[in-house]
Amino acid sequence: MSETTLRIRDLRLGFMGYTGLVEVLHGISLHIRPGERVALVGESGSGKSVTARIVLGLLQSLRSAQISGLVEFEGRDLERLPDHERHALRGTRMSMIFQDPTSSLNPVYPIGTQFQEVLRRGAPGISADEARSLAATALRGVAIPEPERVLESYPFQLSGGMNQRVMIAMALANEPSLLIADEPGTALDVTVQAQTLRLMRELVEKHRTAVLFISHNLGVVREFADRVYVIYKGRIVEQGSASALFAEPRHPYTRALMSAVPRITGGGIPEIEDASADYFAPIEVHEGFAEPAA
Amino acid sequence: MTQPLLALRNVSKIFRLANREVRAVENVTFDVREGECLAGVGESGSGKSTIANMILGISPPTLGEIVFRGQPLPAKRNLSHRRAIQLVQQNPLSALNPKRSVGASLRLALDVHSIGERSHRDQRVEQLLEEVGLSADLRRRSPAALSGGQRQRVAIARALACQSELVVLDEPTSALDVLVQARVLRLLDELRRKRGLTYIFITHDLSVVRNIAGRVAVFEKGRLVEIGETERLFPNPDHPYTRRLIGAVPVVTADEAALRDRLMEEQDAGA
Repeated sequence: MSETTLRIRDLRLGFMGYTGLVEVLHGISLHIRPGERVALVGESGSGKSVTARIVLGLLQSLRSAQISGLVEFEGRDLERLPDHERHALRGTRMSMIFQDPTSSLNPVYPIGTQFQEVLRRGAPGISADEARSLAATALRGVAIPEPERVLESYPFQLSGGMNQRVMIAMALANEPSLLIADEPGTALDVTVQAQTLRLMRELVEKHRTAVLFISHNLGVVREFADRVYVIYKGRIVEQGSASALFAEPRHPYTRALMSAVPRITGGGIPEIEDASADYFAPIEVHEGFAEPAA
Repeated sequence: MTQPLLALRNVSKIFRLANREVRAVENVTFDVREGECLAGVGESGSGKSTIANMILGISPPTLGEIVFRGQPLPAKRNLSHRRAIQLVQQNPLSALNPKRSVGASLRLALDVHSIGERSHRDQRVEQLLEEVGLSADLRRRSPAALSGGQRQRVAIARALACQSELVVLDEPTSALDVLVQARVLRLLDELRRKRGLTYIFITHDLSVVRNIAGRVAVFEKGRLVEIGETERLFPNPDHPYTRRLIGAVPVVTADEAALRDRLMEEQDAGA
């Protein structure tokens, strides 16, 4: 039984620039089973966001991007899928939440119109009235108190936290099997961020949605994810359960990252050594958390 | 009791819009002691950035006064006030002139405030870069050719160039990766001790505050709800808002989670 929602095997990415090929991903592998919350955590430039974009198929059209490796979604190799089938997956079977909710929503249409468009992707024949009532139910599901008022509103009339909830509701409206969340909540206040993550967690648990959670914030990852992949300069350096990895980080890079986070309990500003060659040490895989055999 | 370096006395800032008034800061009073790092924390709309702007003289208070070394600060600041109180912003790329080399930006700060002999200023620029842990060779680069951490170091060097006394740090490390953040925080801490600087550290990141600030002022909706020693306030905050704020911080260790859970329980018991 090897049911996986997303399987990435030996994914490589390079960009052709003026100075030649710049390699961004050096062969990363990861998998997500239904209902699992999996985090890909790393610093800026580590390759975490491009990985998400490749899964969605947003980088493939770039002429300078050279991609190899396997990306399999619900058992289907995405590279072999015709463009229209791949297009049909986005917003229905897989969806995405971005970091800044206010700029991901269209400023010139009210929320209701945008929500209807999302629902039409899943059910093309849906009537305006049906869409509206489904949208209102979805907004109630993300704890928005007056969904009718929000549907009438434009994004700029809502707070950042409210827009983020709208985004979550939209992303989950067509019951996707995979949700990609790229730094959700980073642009929000801490109390709002905490509520948003709690809400997202409840919803994906309820719908058994698999989540690829992309973040640079270790604390947020610890709160949200079951499993963690740590990525450094285009290489996965450590993988394991969130609890094991946070209790006992093994890879030199993971340890450095972990020790660099200031603690709310005090202890002073962490002392950071210079980036060491150890960061390129071979991957550490926690027992029982290896990639499944093909 | 020694005189505070800076004091806010019943300071309010009211923005008058077409059809309503926004009270961004309401009747705030606190002291900043010479040589300390005082953190100002709060969420968006708490008034923390408005307070920073008033201290810097970017916008004057509507009511109340700001006193620096015993003298009330005028709405229009003179050169010596502007020299003494400096700013480091969150995004150094927008703070540094993109058309000027790093060296030229630093040199300008020295020229404007007539710091040192003209013939020594280029040498001083190199010293400043070294003081913030950068190679003097970087002076020829444009800000765009630096990494985020290097840029923030340049912004710090510029704030120090004119022998400032009070530095307002507005989310100085929020845009940086965690490894870079730790190094920049360490640098800031060392510079404060070495030069006897005073910091007002504006941030929403309580984990950073816990480790760099001696005292912390908590703002909510334009009001100062609590101010106290960091060592005392973090384990036992008085105000429910502070408890809520600390309770929402994402943490990485079991010890931190335990502290947070305790605060949340107290919150529920008190509510």
